[in-house]
Amino acid sequence: MTTRVRASTIAAFLGPSVFALALVGIAPLLYGVWKSLHFFNLTKANQQEFVGLANYATVLTDPVFWQSMYRTAVLFFVSVPTQIVLGVGIALLLHRPGLGALRALTRLALVLPMATTYAVVGLLAQVMFNIKYGVINQFLGFAGIAPVNWIGDPVNAYIAVIFWDVWQWTPFVALVMLASLSSVPPEIEEAARLETGRWWTILRHIQLPFLVPGLVAVLILRTADTLKLFDMVFTMTRGGPGSATEFIAILIERTGNRQFDIGLASAQAIILLVLTVFLARAYIRLFYREVR
Amino acid sequence: MAGKFSRPNRHGPRKPVAAEAIVLCLICLFCVFPFYWMVTTSLKTQVVALQSPPAWIFTPTLANYWEVLFEDRVGASLINSLIVAVATTVLSIGLGCPAAYALARFEFRGKKDLWFWFITNRFVSPVVLVFPVFLIARQVGLRDTHLALVLMYITFCLPIVIWICTDQFRSIPYDLDEAASLEGAGHWRIFWSICLPLAMPGVAVSAIFSFIFSWNELLFAYILAPKAAKTAPAMAITFMEGYDVPYGKIMATATLIVVPVLIFAIIVSRHLVRGLTMGAVK
Repeated sequence: MTTRVRASTIAAFLGPSVFALALVGIAPLLYGVWKSLHFFNLTKANQQEFVGLANYATVLTDPVFWQSMYRTAVLFFVSVPTQIVLGVGIALLLHRPGLGALRALTRLALVLPMATTYAVVGLLAQVMFNIKYGVINQFLGFAGIAPVNWIGDPVNAYIAVIFWDVWQWTPFVALVMLASLSSVPPEIEEAARLETGRWWTILRHIQLPFLVPGLVAVLILRTADTLKLFDMVFTMTRGGPGSATEFIAILIERTGNRQFDIGLASAQAIILLVLTVFLARAYIRLFYREVR
Repeated sequence: MAGKFSRPNRHGPRKPVAAEAIVLCLICLFCVFPFYWMVTTSLKTQVVALQSPPAWIFTPTLANYWEVLFEDRVGASLINSLIVAVATTVLSIGLGCPAAYALARFEFRGKKDLWFWFITNRFVSPVVLVFPVFLIARQVGLRDTHLALVLMYITFCLPIVIWICTDQFRSIPYDLDEAASLEGAGHWRIFWSICLPLAMPGVAVSAIFSFIFSWNELLFAYILAPKAAKTAPAMAITFMEGYDVPYGKIMATATLIVVPVLIFAIIVSRHLVRGLTMGAVK
């Protein structure tokens, strides 16, 4: 239920938020767009020059940029389906009756990874995946596998990033799926269980429709988070070895902060922003139509 | 514990329950083990930490905590983190609650677009904003200040507060507003004296969310606050520089960073999914 009120009242309630977000969200963005049209390297700060769309042309024809996008896409398409399969499995397990205390404990344990400071997750990886002192290689040793050079080898470092992403976000997917499963009307589920004992049939025909909103939410939030992914990888590998784990956010950071090329980094950032807003728009179209 | 696992269950035969219990325990272990390893490593001396294969049984020491807190300025960086996270939270709540109330109660043109814009900020990568902000902060003398970080953290905390609180205000019966309005109360008075107290659960949850997000942030902190205002996550990664990596100290710092957020996360665990999915899942 809403009501019509005077414009001045609305402005008083909403004005401060709008002003704050415009100041910190939009003003820097416009400045970034302006800078992306310039040649601007911090090491040659007095040689700023307006170059039009040249930076965009450079970015869009730069194989390094596309490789980084490709790497980000591969990460998404490997780790997110893994998280969904494991997450749905865990949710189904938690949704079953009985073992109340243990299930409650598991739910609580699942909360921990996703709340953990991303930078700490990366640091933990450094310690646990270390070739010599790492506990992961010790576990592999118990299974008779020789020590693996996780952080120092391009392919292994990529696998380690995927593993860690799965560790941190599978619990999130599991809890979203569990919440969705709880939205299935119990009487429908009971009736189905009397008909068939097979969990697959129940999942496919009864539960799946209720999982769809959660699944789409997971897909799109994980897309946004994968495009943002910085802290964990930066503390774990700094994008290396070489550029093996240089995902898009790391590439932009390196261009701006380690190569001091603010003009080029701004162009990369604006392209990333366009992609993000496009995806966000799709997401909000799908879910927030009921806004009154 | 063993007795509990093998207890027959009225919903199923004995064996699957035992198997389920084992799988659930494995899931718990998988989630918790890295934290166990973090804490135990933080209690190791450098000599023990560099044993290969790693030691599981050793004499614990608190020396790492002592050193990072009082010799390596991690203590100061934790205080910086606390200042920034609390200030961001207070500011986000102060700005966000009236906005959320307006979105929940008032009707006006452009509401949908405004809502969309608020929420989009949640999706924008910090790396998009960080360089322009770095240049502006350098110009106006805000570089390496708490204020610079607080302002930037508003970009992702304010949308969360607005979303959660809008939802909360909508759940309050509109009859209350009407009754108060008939008594002659204005919009501010209704908001402040009637709706806000009733919305406190949502306000508290969104406050914890914005604390967690600000406390965890690294990129803005790393670029904008290199010295005086350095936050704890940015401090933690400086240990990685250099040849001889002090694992015990890094893990002690990591533990100090993570413990407060984990406590908060457990407090809001029931609302975590809703908050993180921005309400797509209730």
